[in-house]
Amino acid sequence: MMEINPQKPVLTVRDLRLAFGDRHHATEVLHGISMHIRAGEKVALVGESGSGKSVTARLAMGLLQDQKRTHVSGSIWFDGIDAAKGGKEIARRRGNRVAMIFQDPTSALNPTFKIRGQFRDVLRSGDRSIAKAEADRRAEAALAEVSIPDPKRALDSYAFQLSGGMNQRVMIAMALANRPQLLIADEPGTALDVTVQAQTLKLMHEMTERTGTSVLLISHNLGVVREFADRVYVIYRGRIVEHGTTAQLFNDPRHPYTRALLAAIPKISGGGLPDLPERSPDFENPLITHEGCGEPTEAFA
Amino acid sequence: MTRDMSAPILELDRLGKTFSADGHSVAALSDVSIAFERGECHAIVGESGSGKTTLANLVLGLLGATSGEIRFNGKPLGRSRTRDQKRAIQLVQQNPLSALNPRRSVGASIRLPLDVHNLGKKSERNASVAALLEEVGLEAAHARRSPRGLSGGQRQRIAIARALACEPELLVLDEPTSALDVLVQARVLQLLQRLRQERGLTYLFITHDLAVVRAIADRVSVFQKGRLVETGPVEAIFSDPKSAYTRELIGAIPVVTEAEAALRAEIRAGTNVPAGAE
Repeated sequence: MMEINPQKPVLTVRDLRLAFGDRHHATEVLHGISMHIRAGEKVALVGESGSGKSVTARLAMGLLQDQKRTHVSGSIWFDGIDAAKGGKEIARRRGNRVAMIFQDPTSALNPTFKIRGQFRDVLRSGDRSIAKAEADRRAEAALAEVSIPDPKRALDSYAFQLSGGMNQRVMIAMALANRPQLLIADEPGTALDVTVQAQTLKLMHEMTERTGTSVLLISHNLGVVREFADRVYVIYRGRIVEHGTTAQLFNDPRHPYTRALLAAIPKISGGGLPDLPERSPDFENPLITHEGCGEPTEAFA
Repeated sequence: MTRDMSAPILELDRLGKTFSADGHSVAALSDVSIAFERGECHAIVGESGSGKTTLANLVLGLLGATSGEIRFNGKPLGRSRTRDQKRAIQLVQQNPLSALNPRRSVGASIRLPLDVHNLGKKSERNASVAALLEEVGLEAAHARRSPRGLSGGQRQRIAIARALACEPELLVLDEPTSALDVLVQARVLQLLQRLRQERGLTYLFITHDLAVVRAIADRVSVFQKGRLVETGPVEAIFSDPKSAYTRELIGAIPVVTEAEAALRAEIRAGTNVPAGAE
C-alpha cells in the first residue's frame, strides 16, 4: 500500500500546449493548460467536443505525444517523470500506476480474447512474476468486489457476451486491479443507459475511495460531475476558463461559459427549454480561479 | 381532403412485435396502445431493450407488426404504404455523423426527397433547399459543403432540414440530441420546439433522458422490457410517478442545483407532494 500524502499533487500539469501539423502549418489545440490533482482527490475536467479535454487525458496517459505531426510543450509531472515527453517511462506506468476507462466499455475491451486473458495481462503489467492461478484468483476477487454476480463465468466470457453495464464493471475492476495512483475516466458510461451511468459513477466513487486512487473525470455534462468531483476545471477551446471546488463552481459560477453550461441542462422542476442565445456569445475571458484553489505551492514530484 | 383535426394523428392499437430465430422468440413490444394527438410532442422513454426503437421502426414501416394495428389519420398503416403515407412520416436519427451520406453535398442530401416525392417545381427546388437550410438556422451556402467538414450540431440541423423537405406531418425523432454536447443540445431542442409550432408538426420523441422530456414534451410514455408501464401528461408523471421504474429513471437524471437534487430525491423516494394535492 502506498503512502498517501494528501497535500502532494499526484499529477501536475504546467502550461501544456499541443499542436497538430507540420513545420509550415500547425494548429494549436491546447493553449497552455495548468492543473493539478492531489492524492485521493476527484477532479473533473468539463468541456464540449473539441475543447481539448480528451487530448489532455491522452497526453497524461502518454498516448498521443509519440505520434507524427504532434507537437507538445509544457510538462505533465506524474510519479516522478514528465509524461509530456512520452516514451517508455510513461508507457511502463500505464495499466499499473495510471489507468484509464472509456466511454464505451464494450469497444474498449478486446473482442477476440476472453475477459480472463485480458485481466491476466493487466495484473502482470503490475507484477511480472505473478502465476496464472494467482492472477485468476485476484481477478475473481476483483470482479466480486464490483458486484459481478458470477465472476468465474464473467472471466470465461467475451466482452460481447456481457451487457454494457457488466463490461463497465469489468473495466473498473481491471483499471483498479493494480491500485493505480491515478484513474482517468473519459465520459464513463455516456454510451450506456442513464441508470447504468449513475451506477457506474457511484461504483467508481466507492472503489477509488477504497483504493485511495485519485481520479480525473472527463465529461461534457456538469450535472454528471456534481456528485462525483471534489474540484472542477472548465475547459473551453483549449483553455481552462474557470476552476474551483465543486461547491464554489455550482453555487457561484462566474465565467459566462460556465454559466451557459449550467443553464443548458434542462430542469426537472419544469420551466420549459433552457434560455440560451442562438449563437455562442464571445466567452473569451481571463481564467477565474476560486479562492483556495490556486496552484499548489509545493513543487512537483 | 377533409380531416378531423381533433382526432389522433397516430394510434397504436394493442401493438405487438415478436422476433423469432432458432426456436427462440423475444417479445420486443407487447400490447401497446397509445394515441398521439395532432401537434403534440409525445416522448417515448425507456432504456436499452425497452422496445422504443422497435416502436419507431413499426411506425416508420421498417418492421411489420406481429399483432395489433397502427392507424395514421384514421387509416390502417401496414408495411406497404403509399408514397404519400411514406412522405408524411419522417425520421431524424441519433447519430448525425452516419445519417448523412458523406459523398453527397449537403444540398444534394436535402434535395433528394424533393425529387423522390416530386415536391414543387424542378426549377424551384434549389431555392427550397436554401430556404430549408435557413429555416434550421444554417446558411444557403451550406448546400455546397460536404457533411464531413461540419460539426455534430450542424449535421443534426441538416438531418432535420432533410426530414422537413418532405413536408411531413409526423416526425419520429430517435434520440435526436443524445450524441450532442449540452449547449448544442439546448439549441437543437429550441429549434425543434420552434419548428413544431411554426409547422404544426407532431413529434414522436424517443429519448432516454427524462430531463429533456421535462423540457420539451407534452406527454410521455414510459417503456420497460417491451411494455408500456406509464403514460400521461409530463407534468403529472413528474409530480406523481406511479411506477417504481419511472421513479428510478427520474432519480438518475443529472442535476445542477441543490433544489433540483432535493426534488429529485423526493420523486425517487415517492415523498414529493404532487401538484394540486396541497
